[in-house]
Amino acid sequence: MARTRQGLIQRLPLNWLGLVPFAVFALLFLILPTLKIVIGAFQGPEGGFTFQNMLDLNTASIRSAYWTSIKLSVITALLGGTVGFAMAAAVVFGGLPKAVRGPLLTFSGVASNFAGVPLAFAFIATLGPVGLVTIWLKTNFGINLRAMGWNLLSFWGLVVTYLFFQIPLMILIITPALDGLKKEWREAAAVLGATGAQYWRMVALPILFPSLLGTFALLFANAFGAVATAFALTGPQLNIVPIKLFAQIRGDVLGNPNLGYALAFGMILITAAANTLYIWLRVRAERWLK
Amino acid sequence: MTYLTLAHLEKSFGQNHVVKDFNLTVEKGEFISLLGPSGCGKTTVLRMIAGFEAPSSGAITIEGQDVTGLRTSARNIGMMFQAYALFPNLTVAENVGFGLKVGGVAKAERAARVTEILEMIGLPELGGRYPFQLSGGQQQRVALARALAPRPRVLLLDEPLSALDAKVRVALRNEIRSIQQELGITTIFVTHDQEEALSVSDRIVVMNAGVADQVGTPFEIYNRPATRFAAGFVGTLNLIAAKVIDPKTGTVALAGMNLQVQGTAQRAAGSDVTLALRPEGLRLGRGDGEGAVFRANVASVQFMGSTIRIEVMAAGQKLTLDTFNRADQPPPRPGDEVEISLSGNNAIVLD
Amino acid sequence: MTRFLAWLALIFGCVFFILPLVGMGEFSLKMRRGVYSFDAYRKVFEDPTFWATFGYSLVLAAATIVVGVLLVVPTAYWVRLRLPKARPYVEFVTLLPLVIPAIVVVFGYIRLFNTSSILPLTGTAFGTDFLLTMGYTTLALPYMYRSVDTGLRTIDVATLTEAAQSLGAGWLTILARIILPNVMVAVLSGAFLTLAIVMGEFTMAALLNRPAFGPYMQLLGANRAYEPPALAVIAFAITWGCMGLMQLVTRLAKHERAKA
Ligand SMILES: Nc1ncnc2c1ncn2[C@@H]1O[C@H](COP(=O)(O)OP(=O)(O)O)[C@@H](O)[C@H]1O
Ligand SMILES: [Mg+2]
Repeated sequence: MARTRQGLIQRLPLNWLGLVPFAVFALLFLILPTLKIVIGAFQGPEGGFTFQNMLDLNTASIRSAYWTSIKLSVITALLGGTVGFAMAAAVVFGGLPKAVRGPLLTFSGVASNFAGVPLAFAFIATLGPVGLVTIWLKTNFGINLRAMGWNLLSFWGLVVTYLFFQIPLMILIITPALDGLKKEWREAAAVLGATGAQYWRMVALPILFPSLLGTFALLFANAFGAVATAFALTGPQLNIVPIKLFAQIRGDVLGNPNLGYALAFGMILITAAANTLYIWLRVRAERWLK
Repeated sequence: MTYLTLAHLEKSFGQNHVVKDFNLTVEKGEFISLLGPSGCGKTTVLRMIAGFEAPSSGAITIEGQDVTGLRTSARNIGMMFQAYALFPNLTVAENVGFGLKVGGVAKAERAARVTEILEMIGLPELGGRYPFQLSGGQQQRVALARALAPRPRVLLLDEPLSALDAKVRVALRNEIRSIQQELGITTIFVTHDQEEALSVSDRIVVMNAGVADQVGTPFEIYNRPATRFAAGFVGTLNLIAAKVIDPKTGTVALAGMNLQVQGTAQRAAGSDVTLALRPEGLRLGRGDGEGAVFRANVASVQFMGSTIRIEVMAAGQKLTLDTFNRADQPPPRPGDEVEISLSGNNAIVLD
Repeated sequence: MTRFLAWLALIFGCVFFILPLVGMGEFSLKMRRGVYSFDAYRKVFEDPTFWATFGYSLVLAAATIVVGVLLVVPTAYWVRLRLPKARPYVEFVTLLPLVIPAIVVVFGYIRLFNTSSILPLTGTAFGTDFLLTMGYTTLALPYMYRSVDTGLRTIDVATLTEAAQSLGAGWLTILARIILPNVMVAVLSGAFLTLAIVMGEFTMAALLNRPAFGPYMQLLGANRAYEPPALAVIAFAITWGCMGLMQLVTRLAKHERAKA
């Protein structure tokens, strides 16, 4: 008994001591700041516990901001995911020359990191009111994008811009997963009489499902928390949550500091919910794995 | 009537001519092995039958139907791969039922068929497991069951045993053979392992660099190899230089002795030939006195159980011979002087 | 048929990706009426604020990389060697920054480290720079940790450590002389990615009011027409450079290993 305890004292703390720097860092700069937000969301101006901040989120403007943000994130994640998947599948299975693959992956690495302010500039220069494509369509084909309802500084403008980093992110993550699909599975399905569609429905997609879900959750969070691109594109007026929060932190536009906490807490809730859903579905989908 | 015919099959990958004028006719219910070294084109032939590769020229006929241009999924063929081809996301039962399901077989009938076939392969309890929960041998059994479930016309096996340990390998190959005979299913089996091919096949095709060198029963292939390649690839062989004395009577001279052999009729007197002898065709001692007798010096002795392999130096070259173990007769020891004899009946004449 | 669809998908994607790049390139050259010129770039390079903010972000990127390496390499090493049980927890924490938006984290900083708190980091310029560096480190954490942990997986940490210990090496020596060189490729990959992230980062720097390159670009974008696309081209070149270096390092390492 005494020996066991001594052994514990000798072994336990020393091993765990090695994690102290990381733990202190994570606590100070990741967990406590987040907790501060969470706690602040449930504190009144005097510091007491209250639900009032959360209830105060229920205004037309804030509701619409959340709704727009969720829509934006879901749509760009779905579209980016689909197009990215198609491109990755084209490269892995489509019988394209081998030389295509390396450059595409390198480019995807660049493009998925080319977000934020400069990305907004690139799209303004291309699809903005005097952008390259806008002018080209007008002078050569007489197509007036603006008259057709196109506006880069709008919801759909933002969608198109976000796709520039969502698609490559999907390509980067899903290509290794597609490589993991064994040639033998497709061939075994074919000899057993399955069509290509049956193979995809019954074998390939179920195997890819966890990766697809994970990527979707990541793309969702990626779009949901993005500030810079939207801010540089539309300035502070577009009504999405991160922009609203940005304005609130800068100048308390809501006129209530604790409402700011609640707004931020809402963002955490939504990304956390997306990831919890992902983990739950993944566990269900991976019962055939170790 | 022949069941499966491969006629003048050719296949090139770019400049690489992989299969050359490959011809084969297979009877219904036959078990044929394609035997040859790695890279000789065995898999390519199998994949052309399955429809994964289109032949550069030639035709494939099954049951009188030309399937050369038919897509894989319409050929009604079963195939077993080297390893890990089970669908990891489906249970054993779902894997086995896959072909029936895509073939539109009703659920109840499917379940009955799956149960029946799982019993046949000896895994009736494992229907609910996932592939990762099975051993390699069990996985390959399930793969066999999956291939057989839709009652394919032809079963193709591409080195299905090579990823398994020796013991499982022997057990499973015997099992494959007995199930094949029970179902009477026409089977093409690819292997680079001669023992595997010899033990289970009705006929063997020895392949060398994309060409079918020889087609024959295991007995023929082993005892009457048609080419030097076939002789060398299948089994161990002693090669002894000889000179034809009289083609008509089959008399050849070697190491100063005359020997009567078969298969010299086409050769000119005085021409050089090579005699090939299996280790079991050489005998320790004088024997019945017929044939040739050499003095030899024992170089090494390997006791293998029921047989003993002895390497000797005789007439300036190393010869290998096998004798049966006998409890009352200890084998010679390295360094011993012995006599060995060979009979012309066991010798194969090669160029 | 499949091949046709594959080409279609690829070409569609390429057009979508190349157009904005062409757009910004072309626009950045149009400052002078009627002819293409590098005027916009000249303007940008003549602006002292450009150099000041660029230098500031570069220094912070370097600091972030140093902090990240000092934090991640020993931790990942220790978890592999001694605390495999802690692995899921550590991994979970390193992935948190992908889930918690940066704007929320920096919001927490502002409230947690304000002038009236126990740790009034935002009270001084240096304190704020430090805070921003920590913020950048959290942003880089998921990539850095992944990269280094994957690198460690390819070497036998336990055997290397025992061998070094049997020769009398201490922990610091082991980490600096044995482990770090072995995961250098992973560290460099992580470092270049960090550089790319930090150089373009906007939210944290803007909210902490520091003169970084991201907020500078945004400000210029709000007030000028031709300089922003020029800046975008420069930023794109930086990102491309970082990714190119990342690939180069990985490829060189593979080459080395093939030779060995
Ligand atoms: N898809 C292919 N493309 C190019 N060459 C191939 C392809 N498949 C096989 N080969 C070549 O064909 C030759 C025979 O291969 P294979 O039929 O797999 O031999 P085996 O199964 O007898 O080992 C090899 O040299 C191999 O490199
Ligand atoms: Mg093969």
